[in-house]
Amino acid sequence: MEFTLISLLNGLSYGLLLFMLSSGLTLIFSMMGVLNFAHASFYMVGAYLGYAISTTLGFWPALVIAPLVVGLIGAMIERYGLRTVHKYGHIPELLFTFGLSYVIVELIQVLWGRAAVPYKIPAVLDGPLFTLYTTAFPMYRGFMMLVALVMLAAIYLLLTRSRIGLVIQASLTHPDAVEALGHNVPRVFMLVFGGGCALAGLAGVIGGNAFVTEPAMAATVGSIIFVVVVVGGMGSLAGALLASILIGLLQTFAVALDWSLQSMLSHFGTQVAIDAPYYRIFSITLAELAPIMPYLLLVLILIFRPKGLLGKREG
Amino acid sequence: MTHRALHYTPINLGRWLVWTSFALILLIAPRVFASGSGLSILSQMGTMMIFALSYNMLLGQGGMLSFGHAVYSGLGAFFAIHAINLAGGGVLPIPLSLVPLVGGVAGMFFGMLFGYVTTKRSGTTFSMISLGIVELVFACSLMFPGFFGGEGGVAGNRVIGQPLFGISYGPQIQVYYLIAFWLFVSTVGMFAIAHTPLGRIANAVRDNPERVEFIGYNTQRVRYLMLILSAFFAGISGALSAINFEIVSAENVSALRSGAVLLFTFIGGIGFFFGPLLGAIVGVFLTVLLSEFTKAWQLYLGVFFILIVMYAPGGLASLIMMNLRIALYGRFRRILPSLLAITAASLLAFAGVVILIEMLYHLTLESANGTTMSLFGREVDTAVPSQWIVGVLALVFGAVAFRLSLRPFSAVWGEVNAEIEQLVLKAAK
Repeated sequence: MEFTLISLLNGLSYGLLLFMLSSGLTLIFSMMGVLNFAHASFYMVGAYLGYAISTTLGFWPALVIAPLVVGLIGAMIERYGLRTVHKYGHIPELLFTFGLSYVIVELIQVLWGRAAVPYKIPAVLDGPLFTLYTTAFPMYRGFMMLVALVMLAAIYLLLTRSRIGLVIQASLTHPDAVEALGHNVPRVFMLVFGGGCALAGLAGVIGGNAFVTEPAMAATVGSIIFVVVVVGGMGSLAGALLASILIGLLQTFAVALDWSLQSMLSHFGTQVAIDAPYYRIFSITLAELAPIMPYLLLVLILIFRPKGLLGKREG
Repeated sequence: MTHRALHYTPINLGRWLVWTSFALILLIAPRVFASGSGLSILSQMGTMMIFALSYNMLLGQGGMLSFGHAVYSGLGAFFAIHAINLAGGGVLPIPLSLVPLVGGVAGMFFGMLFGYVTTKRSGTTFSMISLGIVELVFACSLMFPGFFGGEGGVAGNRVIGQPLFGISYGPQIQVYYLIAFWLFVSTVGMFAIAHTPLGRIANAVRDNPERVEFIGYNTQRVRYLMLILSAFFAGISGALSAINFEIVSAENVSALRSGAVLLFTFIGGIGFFFGPLLGAIVGVFLTVLLSEFTKAWQLYLGVFFILIVMYAPGGLASLIMMNLRIALYGRFRRILPSLLAITAASLLAFAGVVILIEMLYHLTLESANGTTMSLFGREVDTAVPSQWIVGVLALVFGAVAFRLSLRPFSAVWGEVNAEIEQLVLKAAK
């Protein structure tokens, strides 16, 4: 019971962090058709900026300033890079952001070195939030969940209740009509791209100190958020939320379980000999499988439900 | 406009000339670059060329942008190294010359397996799924050390059995000729596939999948078949690299390796069949040679790639072909002055960028070794502001000159190309 509850909370907080990343990716994709390969790189930029600002101004200013700076960088990249490539089609756009991810990793290493930086959790949030039976739940995990939920509510309200949100939604489906009504659709695109990057930056600021801030962090999380977007259904925000939490829970639970086919067989009173062929397949544990769980899920989803959990169309 | 009838020409002189000279270049190249490092680089270029060509079967011909092509070459390499070890132990009676086929068949098998899932979708979704597959295989490769050798990889010895006609595949030159032979065969094979009905319909699927469905083809099956064939050639290249390096590790099936082949192929040019060949040459040159001179080579590679995507989406091959077309129509002299001006301006700006980047790298990553460094054979002190000003000035002047020369260049470029279009239209009438 204790294990289930704690794993549930940890999985939820990890899943919500994944959602902060994949929501920006999904917004950009559904709006512009651009798959931003460098999205995880913006997450990394957010973490490093958060580290740099928190060492001089403190954590709370970093929480506000770093995402804004990342959003600004994203908007500039859209304006002066992506827009030039837009006329060639979606594949060159994807390639552009792919090249960008290379360049950003290198620039980060030039500025902050190749090793991890000591980005620490602020003292106020360091400590247990509550104790469940015997296990303490860290306060920072709770803070991460809170930020993610606030962000989720803010996006929802912005997209459905505000004027700019309505313009964004309309440009999603009818860009020409929106342009005819006098709105600057390219500027809306720039805003969305910058906004999506800012969300990734925010995730970086609060994720960077919960995990490790290092040059490899973009690569580790990058492929998982692509899995989230495909599993949830391309361009579906609700699907991204569902898939993020699913993958978060899946990984947290798997990592703590050392069940294997061998242990299952021993319930029935048999064993596979150590020298038997394919013994490795029987001895592999769920914990060892945890890193590949998202990709297995991706393959299964594609075989049984190719449009994704909440996707609308097959493409 | 009248239609010209197509004639069946079994002996195509131009084609014979091109292929013969390709074979001759492959034969002569090790004589020109006879040094040990020269041979090693040529061998790497050969395997990379097969890999890039097989990648272009997906990207250039089928419109499938894959982030996971190293899966097929890497798994082919693993099967090849195990085949070499089995042959060395006398278990499997197979000569080394045919080991690439083992890799090819292994690649093809995994192409059938993974391709069934990946080719269900096209476009951006396909790209993301291919990335998922490569991460899956990479994680699995660390999970099963029995087959994949764990972190250290699987090593082998390519000298197996008795030498035949004095060929033992011990010396690098013999390995080079083995690679060159398979490169030639694979290139012919891939060129032929591009001209089969399957290759043609793959082009149609790339350009307009909806119409292809309407004329009764299953686009998914076309993508699937192309992927299987491409995985076969990727497997061959993987096996050749296993023979060349005599070691295969998890890095061979990584997303990093897949990204590299994507970069090289696109830089070479995906619109022309020979583009990937150029890309492989430039790519191996950048990764092997440039990485010895500068720590910033990955940054240069990334920036170079972005510039190609933004300003020359056809890659180096299209740049060459566009200039060649102008030269063929005898108008090269007209664009030459502005071409030279814009090249000089770019070179100046490039030099400025290089100076700044090298000094920055030295300042941040190697500051422990003091502030002086050698740059273009000159001692430079990164602590002195004047050195930085040199770089900034070169960059600023280069950028301004580029802006100034861009307009005249694009004017004369457009003018000349418009004239050629007119001539082509007139000739067609």
